[in-house]
Amino acid sequence: MAEPKQDFIRIRNVSKHFGDFVAVDNVDLTIGQGELFAILGGSGCGKSTLLRMMAGFETPTSGTIEIDGVDVTQQPPYERPVNMMFQSYAIFPHMTVEKNIAYGLRKDGIADDKIAQRVDDMLGLVQLGDFRKRKPDQLSGGQRQRVALARALIKEPKVLLLDEPLAALDKKLREKTQFELMNIQDKLGITFVVVTHDQEEAMTLSTRIAVMDEGRFLQVGTSKEIYEYPESRFVADFIGTINMFEGIVTHAGDEAISVACDDLGTELHALGSYDVELGQHVCVAVRPEKIFISVEQPDDAQGNVCLRGVVDDLGYFGNRSLYRIRLESGRMIQVSRQNQRRSAKRFVEWEDKIWVTWRPRSAVVILDEA
Amino acid sequence: MGTVTRGDTTWRRISIAVPYLWLFVFFLLPFAIILKISLADPVIAQPPFTPMFDADGGLSISLDNFLFLLTDKLYAVTYLKSVLMAAAATILCLTLGFPMAYGIARSSSSVRSLLLLLIVLPFWISFLLRVYAWMGLLNNYGAINNTLLWLGVIDQPLQLMYTDFAIFIGLTYSYLPFMVLPLYATLERMDMDLIEAAQDLGASRTRAFWDVTWPLARAGVIAGCMLVFIPAMGEYVIPYLLGGPESLLIGRVLFDEFFVNRDWPLASSVAIVLLLLMVVPIVFMQRNQAPELEAPE
Repeated sequence: MAEPKQDFIRIRNVSKHFGDFVAVDNVDLTIGQGELFAILGGSGCGKSTLLRMMAGFETPTSGTIEIDGVDVTQQPPYERPVNMMFQSYAIFPHMTVEKNIAYGLRKDGIADDKIAQRVDDMLGLVQLGDFRKRKPDQLSGGQRQRVALARALIKEPKVLLLDEPLAALDKKLREKTQFELMNIQDKLGITFVVVTHDQEEAMTLSTRIAVMDEGRFLQVGTSKEIYEYPESRFVADFIGTINMFEGIVTHAGDEAISVACDDLGTELHALGSYDVELGQHVCVAVRPEKIFISVEQPDDAQGNVCLRGVVDDLGYFGNRSLYRIRLESGRMIQVSRQNQRRSAKRFVEWEDKIWVTWRPRSAVVILDEA
Repeated sequence: MGTVTRGDTTWRRISIAVPYLWLFVFFLLPFAIILKISLADPVIAQPPFTPMFDADGGLSISLDNFLFLLTDKLYAVTYLKSVLMAAAATILCLTLGFPMAYGIARSSSSVRSLLLLLIVLPFWISFLLRVYAWMGLLNNYGAINNTLLWLGVIDQPLQLMYTDFAIFIGLTYSYLPFMVLPLYATLERMDMDLIEAAQDLGASRTRAFWDVTWPLARAGVIAGCMLVFIPAMGEYVIPYLLGGPESLLIGRVLFDEFFVNRDWPLASSVAIVLLLLMVVPIVFMQRNQAPELEAPE
């Protein structure tokens, strides 16, 4: 088999305007063959418009979209080697499961026996063999989702577009379906492009994520890169929770920098080389799970940040607990802690005086202007 | 909560009884009376038909009136013409009404209420006045002819008024809202994603319409067609005002038998046959409603 193409989907300088409103603003993106790519953003960020342009329901105001080397920008949806799974699933209510799934092949004028064969394969793949004669209104949400998936996959599209594929499912089913989707993608090797507002969905499903806001990509990278090395305040804040401390660069070395932080009344250190100047305004960000709480004064030998604080609020989530700590400077921070030991007693109580600490390597420095 | 008390049941029975009672008093009873009259013979008396039971108490009924409807070709021709006229108006209403309803259903919500208002607006003016207005438009020196004369398209006024064409226009105009509203109701509920899904799976716009929009709009199409066809079939005022002396439709025949010839039994039998002619398509449609949910391939 040939090497998967790195630039299977090429989106070049694509913009979409609706009157004065710029939904997608000069976007560039390449997606590799067989990737499970997620476009993540809040509502109205332009992610759905971008997806609809890939499907052919909208024409870009400017720019081009290429799929497997072919410019499809002006092609109508029914000519593109792309299929879409709609957020509403859009299953034809007047057709049985079987006929819904067969629809795409029927429109291509494939022979009946071949269609029957493919429909059987698909029903097997999504485990709906027993439901083939059912009408959509006789199916559960999860089953409908699988019908929509099978219907979109039967034509073996080069790219499958999924619009909020799991949004309509409850939490338990969502986790299960997530893994099913990944398995199916792995089995068929079709390039998946998922649009979602749910960061968890994006992180677990995809090989790469593009974070989108106001029609632009803020950062494109793997889940880890996006989570651990956010390049902007928006991305840091949008994905998970993060504590951000504003400050001025006081030392910029090759491997570490120091930032004087008025909020905390102290200097913070972060490892890594950043392109900053002395006196530049930056932001040091630390994820809640990278901060530790201790009752006794911790050892600050390796340049760890150690701060005193009081437990302002705490929430118990079963697997972990979330603490809101009021630092001596008055600044609030969030800390999360895995509940590794089974115990009915709380590790700390409200208004307990505690220490928080984190390693310089845990902090990330964000350079964009606030 | 949840249990039905005796009082509730009583109320429920009463509320169900009301429409039944209504239909009984204002539909079934008059129907029985008409049926009774249709089986009598005309006499010059008050009332102008023979009683159902003669002096000896014996039953006196005859099917003569119905047989007469069969023998005189006039009636068959008139019924057929009425059916054709109503059918033609229904088809034109559907062809005009479908795109209108579709457009309204797909417009933005602010525009939508305005457009719906415009559809219903004619009802604020008396039906009779609106038909008279058409007389003003269609007659030899009416607005249409005058405009065409002025433009030089024609040099003699066209005979528009008092023709079948005028009836056809009048019926279509009057009943169009009854087509648009039920169509709008079904189209408005339809998920636009379905059409996009069909296109995404390889159907052209036209194909997607016939595969998805049309079957899903069928309930509205059927309702609209019935709402137009049934009243158009028995329409009296429009043919009377806009049609010529030759454009004899069944509503006119009914009226003439009743008020001009004073042949109540014959008029009644005409009415009964008309009713039966309308019941047939209703039953047919209702049969079709059930498999409507099945997949049309």
